[in-house]
Formats: sequence, structure tokens, C-alpha cells
Amino acid sequence: MAGVALNNVVKNFGSVEIVHGVSLDVTDGEFVVFVGPSGCGKSTLLRMIAGLEDISGGDIDIGGKMVNDVEPADRGIAMVFQSYALYPHMTVEQNLSFGLRMNGNDKADTARRVANAARILQIEPLLQRRPKQLSGGQRQRVAIGRAIVREPQVFLFDEPLSNLDAELRVQMRVEIARLHKELGTTMIYVTHDQTEAMTLADKIVVLRDGIIEQVGCPLDLYDDPANQFVAGFIGSPKMNFMAATVVASGNGSLTVELDKQGRARLAAPLQGAVPAVGSKLTVGVRPEHFGAAGAGGTDIALDIDVAEHLGSTSYIYANTGSGEQLVIEREESRHVVRGVGASASIDAGRVYLFDITGKRLR
Amino acid sequence: MSKSQRDRLQSILLHLVLTPLAIIWVFPLWMMAVFSTMPDHGIFSPDLQLWFSDQFIANITNMQADTDFVHALSVSVGVALIYTVLSVFLTSMAGWALARYEFIGKPIVIAIILGTITLPYFVVVIPQFVMVARDFRLSNTWIALIVPPLFNSLGVLFMRQAFSMMPADLFDAARVEGVKEWKIYLHIALPLARPTIAALSIILFLASWNNYLWPLLIATDRSMFTAPVALGSLIGLTKVSWGGIMAGAVLLTAPMLVVFVLLQRHFIAGIAAGAIK
Repeated sequence: MAGVALNNVVKNFGSVEIVHGVSLDVTDGEFVVFVGPSGCGKSTLLRMIAGLEDISGGDIDIGGKMVNDVEPADRGIAMVFQSYALYPHMTVEQNLSFGLRMNGNDKADTARRVANAARILQIEPLLQRRPKQLSGGQRQRVAIGRAIVREPQVFLFDEPLSNLDAELRVQMRVEIARLHKELGTTMIYVTHDQTEAMTLADKIVVLRDGIIEQVGCPLDLYDDPANQFVAGFIGSPKMNFMAATVVASGNGSLTVELDKQGRARLAAPLQGAVPAVGSKLTVGVRPEHFGAAGAGGTDIALDIDVAEHLGSTSYIYANTGSGEQLVIEREESRHVVRGVGASASIDAGRVYLFDITGKRLR
Repeated sequence: MSKSQRDRLQSILLHLVLTPLAIIWVFPLWMMAVFSTMPDHGIFSPDLQLWFSDQFIANITNMQADTDFVHALSVSVGVALIYTVLSVFLTSMAGWALARYEFIGKPIVIAIILGTITLPYFVVVIPQFVMVARDFRLSNTWIALIVPPLFNSLGVLFMRQAFSMMPADLFDAARVEGVKEWKIYLHIALPLARPTIAALSIILFLASWNNYLWPLLIATDRSMFTAPVALGSLIGLTKVSWGGIMAGAVLLTAPMLVVFVLLQRHFIAGIAAGAIK
């Protein structure tokens, strides 16, 4: 087993720099998830760790050794691809053993490793089938099995569940978590699905436009986002953002007026530097942090646009008087229907404040 | 009119148009088969015969006596087989390199290969003949029959297209597993390109089988005649043995028709591979 260290890693495609000096430490046995929107460089970063993309600057260390110029096969990694990348003309067994056979590995050892991977993933009955005879979930299991037989120091997953339907995705997610527990190997996992990131990761790395926005354990990122991007990206449904203007400040608190909520005011605690009166900022409220009107917070009037009832929870998509859309999570609100006026309360103690550059004000 | 009636009418109209076209297309082949069973004087009789006669074996025997056709046929089979295997191997390797690797001057190489397609064969054949026959002194050799047409630019582009369409993840997965490049080519790329290779093999085999001009120029010794050249030699200054020529043409055509019918599934799949997905 081994850790992975990225030191100021840069990637250029032609004259365009798409990864800008990323530095990161992944400790031995850790499950790290790279998450971010499409085009943020997360897959490129993973492919650079794998050795499938050259790095344009910086160093990558695996197990304490610099691997910048080391072939993918000699880095002690195994990779699982989004498209499964199974060889369609080979049986599952041949797929699992292909790399070992091509490298002249001992036959008995190859058979042992294949049997072990098949046992771990419960795919023993499928060994003589070809990929086209397997379901999506079974194919992904075989792809993971192909990584396991390499007995790598680091597993790399490139959006492995993207091609599966919702139910299978949940099932495979649990299996990958179980696999990590069983093998205890370092795993780096790329996804754009923040639910996968939240449920699987020991540590999440949020990327945007080739830079790391924040690194931390899932709930830290959720509770304490460093900026508006992370606040919006982590959490589903995403955080609501409302434009506001500072109207008063002092004594560790800040009073802002919500620009589009009928000039409703709220006084939020603030420990750091206080912005000047009149400056613009953004107030963030998570859907589950809205309270019932009259509960002592700042009340705002809403027109309900759509209500999604999921059973135990309802998501209410509502417009404010000036047309700003908010998402509110409510428990036991089955009676809420479209087109009805409603109101909600914002608890000032639970709001997040961001300046106009998106930086968090604490 | 119901849908089934409309479909039926459509089918009848289609057959009315296509049947005469099919007859026009098949007629020369049919007459070739009929003439191959008739004596020379019967072929030129004023009454057009549309059904088989009984002179097929006699025509074959005469032709064998005049041209040693069986030997020529064996040369043709040998040349076409070796040519097809070598050409598929070479063109697929070139196609693999063009599909998979980035190198300086790659667009120029592709442009040159494309350019050679537009060059008429007749522009090339004389310098090629001078080089092979005069400079290399290779007339009447297997090398001369097989090697000069070996590099097939259409085949290279065909194979390049097939390899380009394969998901790159497959090859990346093999690289991560430490599989050497030539093993990736041999064990992953080639098996996956099987439909394209089947189609290309048929095209190359047919091209070699039907090739007349080059073997005619380079094989002057009877022992190196290919079957089409041997048949051509039956056209003499004073006498042309049409019965023998037609019988030989039947022998040349029949195996190709069988091969094509047997492999047409692969052939269509290979040709259409670029069209879908």
C-alpha cells in the first residue's frame, strides 16, 4: 500500500493550461474523491496519476517515489474506467487474467488471483461469459476485478458508476465502500456526483477550472464550505443564494437586507473583518435550514411553484415576489401544493455569507 | 387502402423495377456459363443458344492442353493468398500507427496516402515495370507478382478508420496492465477489427485474383502465368478459343461468388462499420 502526493502539478494541452499547480497529499489507505463539474480537470488529474497523460510541470509521488517518467504499469496502480473497458472478445476469466498472462506471470499465481477477485466480487458464476452477456453492474464488477488481480498499491476509479441506473449505482457504491474496507488500499475516485463523493470519501477534493477549491472530509465541506462554489456544489438540492446589501455592522454581527425578498432584514453573526455598509454580498441558506414562518427568524413570502413529495421529505420550489427561486426542504408537508402562497423563515444563525468574489465571510 | 395492402403494392412495384435490372446484370454471367458448355462454332451460330450444351469438359481439356490452366490457377491462388495475408498485415499495422500514435508529420503522411488513391494505376505501372523488371531484374518471380501491389492505401485508411473507432479506454486499460504495444495490437485491436479485416481480405483477394495488367507485364514465362493471363493467352492472332476462355472464366468466377456469398455478412458489416455509431 502507498500514499500519493501531488506537488504543484500542471497540465497543458497545447498552449492552454488546464490544471494549474495542484498540490495534494493522499495518505496510505485513504479513500479520496475528486469532485467537480465537467471540464474541471478531475479526470485529467487522475489520468496523470495513472501515467496515461504526461504532466507538464510538478511532481507526482506514489509510495514515496517520484513517478513522473514511470510507465503506467510500473506505478503500482490499477484503474477502473467509466466505460468499463472490458475486452469484448474475451470471457470474464480471460479479461481478469489478460494483463497477468501477457506479462508472463506464473499460471498458478494468475489462477489464484483471478479466483480471489471473483470471490471478493461474487462473480464466480460469470467467469465463462463474455462482457455482452453481462448486465451493467456485472460488467462494472468485472472491471473492478481486473483492477483487483493486479494487487495494486493504489486504485484509481474514473467515474465508474456513471453508466449505471440509479438503483445499481447505489448498490455498487455500497460494494465499493465494502471493498475499500476489505482491502484497505488507497483509492482515488473521480465523480461529478456529489452524493457519491459524500457517501464514499474519507476526504473530498473539490475542483474547479483546474484548481483545488477545498479539501476536507465530507461533512466539514458541507458544514463549513470555504467559498460559494463549494457551498453550491456540495449538498443536494443545492444551497439557495440570495443577493443582499450590508445595512449595519458591529459587535460581531452584520445586518443585511435581502435585495429581492421585499427588503427583509437579518442580522448574522460575523467574527472576521466586517464589510462596509452598502457593500453587496450573497446570503446562502441550505434547503433544510428554512424554518416555519413566525419561528423567530426573518420571514419571507413565497409563491409555491412545484412541490416534490418524496414520502418522508418534500422539496418545495418557490418563487419570491421578485422572481428569485428558492428550494425549501420540509418534513411532513404533503399538503403543500402548487400555486399557493406560503412563507418561510430564515434562521440568521444558520446562514452563510459570501462576498462578491464568492469568498466565505465568517 | 390498408397498410398491409399498401406494403404489398409497394413490394410488387419494387419487384417490377428490380427484376429486369437483375436480369440485365445476370445475363452476361449466364451467357458466360452457357458459352463455356458450347463448342467454338456453336457460340457464333446465328441462333442464340440460352441453355447449356455438353462441351464443358471438352473446353476445359482443350484449354488445359493449350495453357496448363491448372498450374496457372495454382499460381493465382498462391499469389492471391500470400498477397492478401501480407497486405492485411502491413495495412493494418500502418492503419494502427496512424490511428493510435501522434508523430511529427502525421497529417502529411495521411495526405500522401490519400494522394496515392487519386493516382491512376496506369500512371504508376510503367515506371513500376521498369524498376522491377529492368533495375531489380525480378521478372517471372513470385516477389515481382506479390510485392509491388502490396501496399494498399485504401486498406490503410480502411484499417485506420476501424482502429480509430475503437474506444481508447480499451488500450489505456491494457497499458495500465503493462501489456506491450505490439501485444495490444495483436491481442486486442486485431481481434476487434475482425469484420473490417474480413471485408478488406475479400477486397484484396479479389483485386489480386482479377489482376491482369501487372502479371501480364511481369510474367512472361508460362510457368509464372496467373489464371487471367493464361486465359488471355488463348486469344491468338489467327484463332480465338472462346469456348475455352468462357470455361476458364467460369472456373475463375465461381469460387469468388461462393466466397462472397459465404462472407457477405462480414463484408457488409466491415464496409458499413464506419456508417453507424
